[in-house]
Amino acid sequence: MSEVFRIAIIGSGPAGLSAAAHAARLGLSHVLLEKTGHLSDTIYKYQKGKHVMATPSQLVLRAGGGLPFDAGKRETILGNWSEAAAALGVNVRHDAEVRAISGTGAPIAGSVQKIVTRKRDGSSETKELQRHAPPYRLQLADGAEILAETVILAIGTQGNPNLMACPGGDGRQVQYQLDDPQEYTDEHIFVIGGGDAGIENALGLAADAAQANIVSLVNRSAEFSTAKDANVKALLAARDAGRISILTGTTTRSIEPGWITLDTPDGEVRARCDRVIARMGSAPPRAFVEACGIEFTSNDRLAYPRLSPVFESTAPGIFVVGALAGYPLIKHCMNQGHDVVEFINGNRDLKPADEPILEAKFRGLAPAGRPDGLSVADWLEHLRGRVSILNGMSPLQMREFMLDSEVRAYRAGEIVFERNAPGSSLFGVVEGEVRVEVDPTNPAITVPLGAGTIFGEVGLISGRRRGATIRAGSDCILVEIARGAALKLMSAVPAAGREVTRITTTRSLQQIFKSGLTPDDLAAIIETAKVETIRAGQAIINEGEDGDDIFIIRSGSMVVEKSIGGKPVFLSYVPAGSYVGEMTVIDGGKRTATVRAAVKADVIRLEGARFRDLLAAKPDLLARLRADMATRTSLNSFIESKKDGFRGVVDMYTGVANFLVDQGLGEATDVLLIDEKLCVGCDNCEKACADSHDGLSRLDREAGRTYAHLHVPTSCRHCEHPHCMADCPPNAIHRGPTGEVYIDETCIGCGNCQRGCPYGVIRMDKLPPKKPWLLSWLLFGSGPGPGEPDKAWRYKHTPKGVEAPKKAIKCDMCAGQSGGPACVRACPTGAAIRVSPEQFLSVALLDRGAG
Amino acid sequence: MARAATARAIRPAVRDTAHDGFLTHRNSRWLKIALGLMLFAVLVYALTDAEPRANGGSVAGYLLGTIGALLIVWLSSLGLRKRIVTRGPYSLKGWTSAHVWLGLSLIVVGTLHSGFQFGWNIHTLAWALMMVVILSGLYGIIVYARLPAQLSANRQETTQPQMLEAIRALDRQIDTAAQPLAAAETALVRLSLEKTSIGGNLWQRLSGNYAGDGNGRALAAIQAEVDGQRRAGRPDPALTQILFLLERKAAALAQARRHIGLRARLELWLYLHVPATFALLAALTAHVVSVFLYW
Repeated sequence: MSEVFRIAIIGSGPAGLSAAAHAARLGLSHVLLEKTGHLSDTIYKYQKGKHVMATPSQLVLRAGGGLPFDAGKRETILGNWSEAAAALGVNVRHDAEVRAISGTGAPIAGSVQKIVTRKRDGSSETKELQRHAPPYRLQLADGAEILAETVILAIGTQGNPNLMACPGGDGRQVQYQLDDPQEYTDEHIFVIGGGDAGIENALGLAADAAQANIVSLVNRSAEFSTAKDANVKALLAARDAGRISILTGTTTRSIEPGWITLDTPDGEVRARCDRVIARMGSAPPRAFVEACGIEFTSNDRLAYPRLSPVFESTAPGIFVVGALAGYPLIKHCMNQGHDVVEFINGNRDLKPADEPILEAKFRGLAPAGRPDGLSVADWLEHLRGRVSILNGMSPLQMREFMLDSEVRAYRAGEIVFERNAPGSSLFGVVEGEVRVEVDPTNPAITVPLGAGTIFGEVGLISGRRRGATIRAGSDCILVEIARGAALKLMSAVPAAGREVTRITTTRSLQQIFKSGLTPDDLAAIIETAKVETIRAGQAIINEGEDGDDIFIIRSGSMVVEKSIGGKPVFLSYVPAGSYVGEMTVIDGGKRTATVRAAVKADVIRLEGARFRDLLAAKPDLLARLRADMATRTSLNSFIESKKDGFRGVVDMYTGVANFLVDQGLGEATDVLLIDEKLCVGCDNCEKACADSHDGLSRLDREAGRTYAHLHVPTSCRHCEHPHCMADCPPNAIHRGPTGEVYIDETCIGCGNCQRGCPYGVIRMDKLPPKKPWLLSWLLFGSGPGPGEPDKAWRYKHTPKGVEAPKKAIKCDMCAGQSGGPACVRACPTGAAIRVSPEQFLSVALLDRGAG
Repeated sequence: MARAATARAIRPAVRDTAHDGFLTHRNSRWLKIALGLMLFAVLVYALTDAEPRANGGSVAGYLLGTIGALLIVWLSSLGLRKRIVTRGPYSLKGWTSAHVWLGLSLIVVGTLHSGFQFGWNIHTLAWALMMVVILSGLYGIIVYARLPAQLSANRQETTQPQMLEAIRALDRQIDTAAQPLAAAETALVRLSLEKTSIGGNLWQRLSGNYAGDGNGRALAAIQAEVDGQRRAGRPDPALTQILFLLERKAAALAQARRHIGLRARLELWLYLHVPATFALLAALTAHVVSVFLYW
């Protein structure tokens, strides 16, 4: 043990490298610890030649030590960084994986970290960890130890690969990554893990027969449920061709040089094995981070470490920056690397680089009584103090939160949003009040919402259109929180999450049942209301059972089925924002139909007894429910009557409805369907799509599933809760004003949305060069003609030497084109239609079966 | 930045969500219009009394001729409309519907315009070309009504590239499996690998008769050999594996060929319909010019 470094930086990605470079320039004693043999492993692992983007463009770059960074090729960026790091004299230690960090000073009084570990069986265990003062001791995987006064944790969120736990799993023939499949020849190779990574590795190793590798893939379960369909198909084809052997339901028992022993369903097998490639997923870094004494904001999977405004964690002297702190973009990371070293070096007044962005958001606004306006920090404090759900946020969280939010002033009478406008953002009233027009027929009936409250939560939770028009009641200041930021807020501040749930429940009851219900009327019933998550296919109500609870569908959707003649018959489709189960409350008796979730859904369960009390007190409500029930009963008996005479028609209706629900219509808002009794295969839909969108088609007509000549092509369904939106680093995916889910120009081409989409409707591509005019094609045959130009033409006409990034391309429902979706307009036979599931999963479908 | 922004409930663009084909578009609107037009033409023909006999040069003849000529020019513009994707509202299905029904009404309008005066001249050529175009179009309607369901049923959720890839994958497997075979048997397998054309020529596509293609011959010969070995005792496992793969390839080929054949039948009539349209436009021009020159 020799030197005590001033700063130890763990992880050499954009954040860590920037911090180390800045420390080197300032002449601070430092060490940069990198797990692998090269800098910036995450970017290093990008595919060769990938164009790396530099967003957000309005954010200034404040790279530590003047590290260069601009959008460009992966190789250029990595090369520049390596050179700059060497020139600055950054003290890098490669192959230095940190296993543990602990304080070596005195115990810090009262500073105890509680670590909760949850086990698979649902139980949890709490460990207490006494924090010790710095300097910190960093234990490396190779046994070495490093002492440092402060630690900057910049390890990203990739985590470490899950390790082989069997005897011999730490042997030399076991590896966790495959860089170049062509490296190995004449080997017996076992790939462990049937996810995409494992399958792709196995296919790569077996691709070239000349390499003469004998490749086996070992999967713990019997099926490949986590892998992409295309990968599984390719794997099975390779097995059929005799290039790969597959062992399912198999685990590894032990590994020894030259041999592997496996537990297969048929017993123990010992086989020749020169190399094991283990691809069993990775463990998020949370456990490691917690063991360092760093607290997270909540137990939620999305939660980030709790940090001070200077990125200091709950362990004094340990700072967290970069993706682990919740900032996934390269520019953010580099700026934080710079800033955190400045902070450690004593410059506590440094304003973050995003200050100008926040300043711009508050420009021209002044809270009541402060005509000169406020500084950014005071504004954030003002918002936090005013809006109740923001109370629990830290200043750093407020800053990050504000980057995704907007503050706006409205004059009395101005509309904030209209009924049926799409939108999934949450609003907080900072000053003044807004009025909710609860009755669509009479805008004079309003409910006021005062300062500190929130609205818009129904759109946030259900993903559906706005339920009521909101108007500014007086001059007011509102904060609009984007959906992503709102979800982050709910997970970071559990109290805010509970509050939003309570308000949503009350308001959705008011909105669904109307009849002038006030929050006071509902207080008793809300008390017993429970939010339950229902997985796809699970039933909430079973036909013939007792039970009188009422369910409100908060998100997702349900299908109602009734058993007729021993077979389940599809009755109706129930979207989010509706209720089911009222019949037994009103009429008593047993459940008359089964209700099951079409997709993963959230429901609010209301106790039947309490609901009956409410009905007794509110005759209006009872009348309303009876009217709804009459419609439902008549639909049921209509279908039952059809069933007697037209059994085939009803079976077809049920078949088609179930097929469409299986195809994801349960979460769709707008879906392209093709009637293959009419489709002549001209592909004019694809051509029209390409010609109205920069030459790239966003739909694949022929691909996709078909049932009874009804075809669901590969095209965006504009889901209620889009899977593509879940993990977009630049937040480039939004829902537009006509309900379309679109990707804006800030896309960095990372491909997360493409991987996230379960329907495979997003493609990554470069924009093709412009085509010559249509007439010159018609008359002189110049250019590729209508539709997407072929690869050869694109290659030939792309200017050489110009770097064009691949971006995510998807259907935008032809927003902004007054004619509506081009694919539908351009269908010559009427085969293509774009419909919402409610429109299609209705009695209209019965007629189709009959026709 | 900070100004009020209102989220408006923008109505999505009006779109046709009606689930009906081009023949019955909008309650068969264009069928009704076409019937009206035909009725009008018949009435004009029946109620006017041209001397010496009904012909294209009478007032009624000019009227029907003008209607017919304008219709022909407009009908031929469908090819352009189909390829120009404008941003505003239009329905190509509506265009097709009108194209079909108004095109059929031309049989009545055009023929009555001629006053049944046929001869070996440019005028009758124009009429004849018009009938060729209309009748080929009629065949097209029949094909469009019958084949899509067959195309869909045959596809079984695979796309054309997938069908071709499946055949290529089988070829690779056959190639690997044939390595241990003797030279004579390898020669048979090579028939399947080298002498099999998936689509074949136009006649094969339309007739669906691919008798004598490489894979079929290889399959028959290897089948015979395996049968012989079976009678003698145990067949060579390598050969039975080849037989199994050739059978699979035959099934994959049959599916792909049915697909290609149906696509060909859906498209082929256009190769008569469209060139005949251009010839018709030329003949029509000549007809109109000559009528006015040689008044």
